[in-house]
Amino acid sequence: MGDMNTQMLDKYRNNFLHEVEEKVDDGHWVKMCMQCGVCAGSCTFGPDWEHTPQKIFMMIRAGKREEVLTSHSMWLCTSCYNCMVRCPRELPITHIMHGLASYAHRLGLAPKNQPTRDFSLIFWDNCTKTGRVNELRMTISVYFREGILSGIKKMWTLRNIGRGLFFAKRLNPMELFVSHGCKDKDGLRRALKKADEIEARRRGYAVQPRGYS
Amino acid sequence: MAKREYAFYPGCSSQLRGSAANYLVSVESMCEKLDVKMTQIPDWNCCGASISYAGSSELARHVLSARNFALSDKHLPGQDIVATCAACWLGGRETIEKLDASSELMADTNEALKEAGLEYKAGTAIRHMVEVLVEDLGYEELGKPVVKPLDGVKVAGYVGCQTNRPFGIAGESFENPMYLDKLIDTVGGESIAKYEEKVSCCGGSLAFCEPEKAEKQIKNIVESAYDHGADVICTPCPLCQANVEVYQSEINRKQGTKLNMPVVYYSQLLSVAYGGTLKEAGLDGHIIQPKKLQDIAVKVVSAKR
Repeated sequence: MGDMNTQMLDKYRNNFLHEVEEKVDDGHWVKMCMQCGVCAGSCTFGPDWEHTPQKIFMMIRAGKREEVLTSHSMWLCTSCYNCMVRCPRELPITHIMHGLASYAHRLGLAPKNQPTRDFSLIFWDNCTKTGRVNELRMTISVYFREGILSGIKKMWTLRNIGRGLFFAKRLNPMELFVSHGCKDKDGLRRALKKADEIEARRRGYAVQPRGYS
Repeated sequence: MAKREYAFYPGCSSQLRGSAANYLVSVESMCEKLDVKMTQIPDWNCCGASISYAGSSELARHVLSARNFALSDKHLPGQDIVATCAACWLGGRETIEKLDASSELMADTNEALKEAGLEYKAGTAIRHMVEVLVEDLGYEELGKPVVKPLDGVKVAGYVGCQTNRPFGIAGESFENPMYLDKLIDTVGGESIAKYEEKVSCCGGSLAFCEPEKAEKQIKNIVESAYDHGADVICTPCPLCQANVEVYQSEINRKQGTKLNMPVVYYSQLLSVAYGGTLKEAGLDGHIIQPKKLQDIAVKVVSAKR
C-alpha cells in the first residue's frame, strides 16, 4: 500500500486536485466548490471536524495532500446528507467525503485505529461473508477490535442494553452459530470479486485482498 | 388477489433476531390491513449500507444493489421494489441514479453480475414503504381501516436523514417534511408541528464507533420531544429507531438524566390503529415500553363501526 502512495506521488507531483479528480469517487466535483461554507454549518458532527468539507475542498486545491489524506475529518461523516441537499452548487459532498476516506485508506494514509474506518472494514467483511449482516458478530468484532480486555469492558458496560434487546427479541446469541445469508453466496462473492477487479483496472489500482477474493 | 403487489426488500436489520425484527412484524400486519401484498425478493442480499465505503469499491456497492434488482426483475417482474429501511432505499436509489447516468458503470456492473448468472436491466423502481403509503394509497385510504384512533397520544414525528435526504419523499421539503406528521394525524394521533429535531441526524452508524458524539444528537432528539410533551417518538428508519431508543440508558448513566422516551415506527402506529395486537404491531419489541400505544393495543373495541 505504501508503494501505491509513492506511485501516486510520482504521478501527480504537486497536483493533488488532479489526483483527487482522477482517483476519488466523485472527485471531479471538487473544483466546483465556491467556498460558501454552508456544508460546514450544516454538518452533524461539524464542530468535531478538524477540517470541515469546505476547508477540505480548499486544502485539496492548495495541494495539502498529506493533511487531507491523513485527516480524521472525513471519517466523522454520518451520511446525513445535509451538506449535499443544501450545497448551492449541488456537489455530492457526502460521496466525496466517503471517496476521500476510502482513497486515504487505500493508500495506507488513513489514521491508524480510526474507529469509523475500522467499523467500515468490519461491516463490509461481515455483510459480504454470507451476503447479509450478522449484527451480533459485527457488534462483537467492533467492541473487541482493540483487544479482549477492552472488549469485555465495553460489553459489560452495555450489558443492560444487550439484555433489553434480548428480551425484546431483537438480539439473540443463536446468531453466533446460525446466520442469515444468501443461498447463492458464492455467486455473490464471485460478482464482488469481479467488481473489485474491474474497479482496479479502471482506476489503475492493484486489487486489494478481501475476505471474498 | 391483493389490491396492490410489491417486491419486498426488507433488509438485514428487519430479519428474525435482528435489531428491527419488530419493524418487519408491524409492516406485515399493516400491509395485511391495507390489502397490500409484499413478496420478499428471493435470496436478496445486504445493500452495503452507507458505512461500507472504506472496505469496498463504489462498483462493488452498486453490484450489491443491482443483484437485488436483477433478482426482483427475474422472479417478480413488473413489481416496484419496496424497502422499509432508509439506508437500503437510499443505496438502491443511488445505484439506479448512477447506473442510469453512465453506460460504462452499467456495463461494469453487469460484467460483475454475470459471475452470479444475473443481469440488471435499467427501469427498476425502488420505493420506500412510506412512499407506497402516501403516494399509492393516500392519506384518505390510510384512514379507512382505523378502528382504534390514537386519541390523546402525542407523537413527535422524527423523520431523520435518509428517508428525507438526498432524495426525500416527492413534494416534501428537506427542512420540514410533513408526511410523517400527516400519517400520525391520519390515525388519530396528535402530531407536533414544532418538533425542532424532526430532520436531525441521530449519528447513524457512527453511534457504534463514535458513541459520545452520537449520544449528543440523541439527547437533543429526545429532550426536544419531552419539551413538547410527546408520549412517544415515531420514525421511518430502523437505525434511527434503534439508536434513539437504545442509547437513552447510556446517556442517563453518563449524564445523570432520566430519559425514558419510547421510540416506535410509523408502521406500529398504523398497525395499532388498525386493531393490531401487541404482537402484531411489534409493541413487544421495545426496551422502553410505549405504554400508551400498548394500552390501546390491548383495549377491546366494540365490533360496530
